[in-house]
Amino acid sequence: MCHVEERHIVEFVEEGVLNVVEVRSEWHFTGDALRRARLAVRLERDLELNLAGVALALDLIEELQQLRRELEAKR
Amino acid sequence: MEFKDYYKVMGVARDATEAQIKQAYRKLARKYHPDVSKEKDAEARFKEVGEAYEVLKSPEKRAAYDQLGQRRPGEEFRPPPDWGSGFEFSGAGPGNSTYSDFFDSLFGAQARSGRGARGDFHPDRGEDHHAKVLLDLEASLQGGARTFTLRMPEIDDEGRLVSKDRTLNVQVPKGILAGQQIRLAGQGARAPGGGTQGDLYIEVDFSPHPLYRVEGRDLSMELPVAPWEAALGATVKTPTPNGTVDLKIPPGSHAGSKLRLRGRGIPATPPGDFYVVLQIALPPANDDEAKAAYAAFAAVLPFNPRASLGV
Repeated sequence: MCHVEERHIVEFVEEGVLNVVEVRSEWHFTGDALRRARLAVRLERDLELNLAGVALALDLIEELQQLRRELEAKR
Repeated sequence: MEFKDYYKVMGVARDATEAQIKQAYRKLARKYHPDVSKEKDAEARFKEVGEAYEVLKSPEKRAAYDQLGQRRPGEEFRPPPDWGSGFEFSGAGPGNSTYSDFFDSLFGAQARSGRGARGDFHPDRGEDHHAKVLLDLEASLQGGARTFTLRMPEIDDEGRLVSKDRTLNVQVPKGILAGQQIRLAGQGARAPGGGTQGDLYIEVDFSPHPLYRVEGRDLSMELPVAPWEAALGATVKTPTPNGTVDLKIPPGSHAGSKLRLRGRGIPATPPGDFYVVLQIALPPANDDEAKAAYAAFAAVLPFNPRASLGV
């Protein structure tokens, strides 16, 4: 489950699922990259989503979580 | 063990086509996927649906399963000795899911011999483990040690998957944010055959704080102020994550006014900000003097807060 091929990660970056910063020709990932990558792999595998679908789903899930947090806070 | 009616689990007829089964799976998977589902027993249902699909989507497994005939779900059951002969099964299905005893009794033996063909198998290094914990916000504000008990799956000496409780003492780095990971090297799974142990990744999230709301690296808080403090401006004492400060309230503030204290949020790099959101608190009118003061106030200030509603 943890072993994802490099090519797969590159696809995630190209699709905008993961954000990178290039530092001296090395890719550096943001702190939430691991969580997003694992979620992306689960969505691909379990829901048989294609890459574009995964990217959209991730954004919507994060937006949902954010909205739910805000709603909780206003209770 | 208990018989499982996979057709019933997926809500399809016994003569459903492959297309119908796939469609049923897609809908149920979306409904119960633990990352998106709002259902109470989502994880259990998702596993159940996944197992049913694993059998029904493969013509060989489905044919072998159909051989068992229709039984009442939950009925006590043992596979007949010659069941499954003549069928060839490839390795077991998705990721880390543990199948039920029922599934294992039918497809387990063959599946185990086919395993390892899933590509990313590294026999010289144990698997990484992942866990998620809820931290108090103070752990990130100040950094410090915290103790957790995690329930981790492990393969015991007989090769069965068991859940063991582990207590860990973890140094929480100051400024850590929700969604980030703490990596404990060598605390993951042992490698079969004694290679390097995998790592344990702990994903951090914050439990709700009595005072502050967390949004990324920023914190916010509602601050009650008196009507005159908002209207005329004032300097008031405010609790912040790093101590009490004197906050200057600009004149002409109102309910919902947001005041930003730069750099006083979570001490990440760069540090987040601390937002104070004003809430107007009304002094109670419970004695004659207070009532008189309010009446005088009303008399002097012509004010219709409902003007914009047209009433």
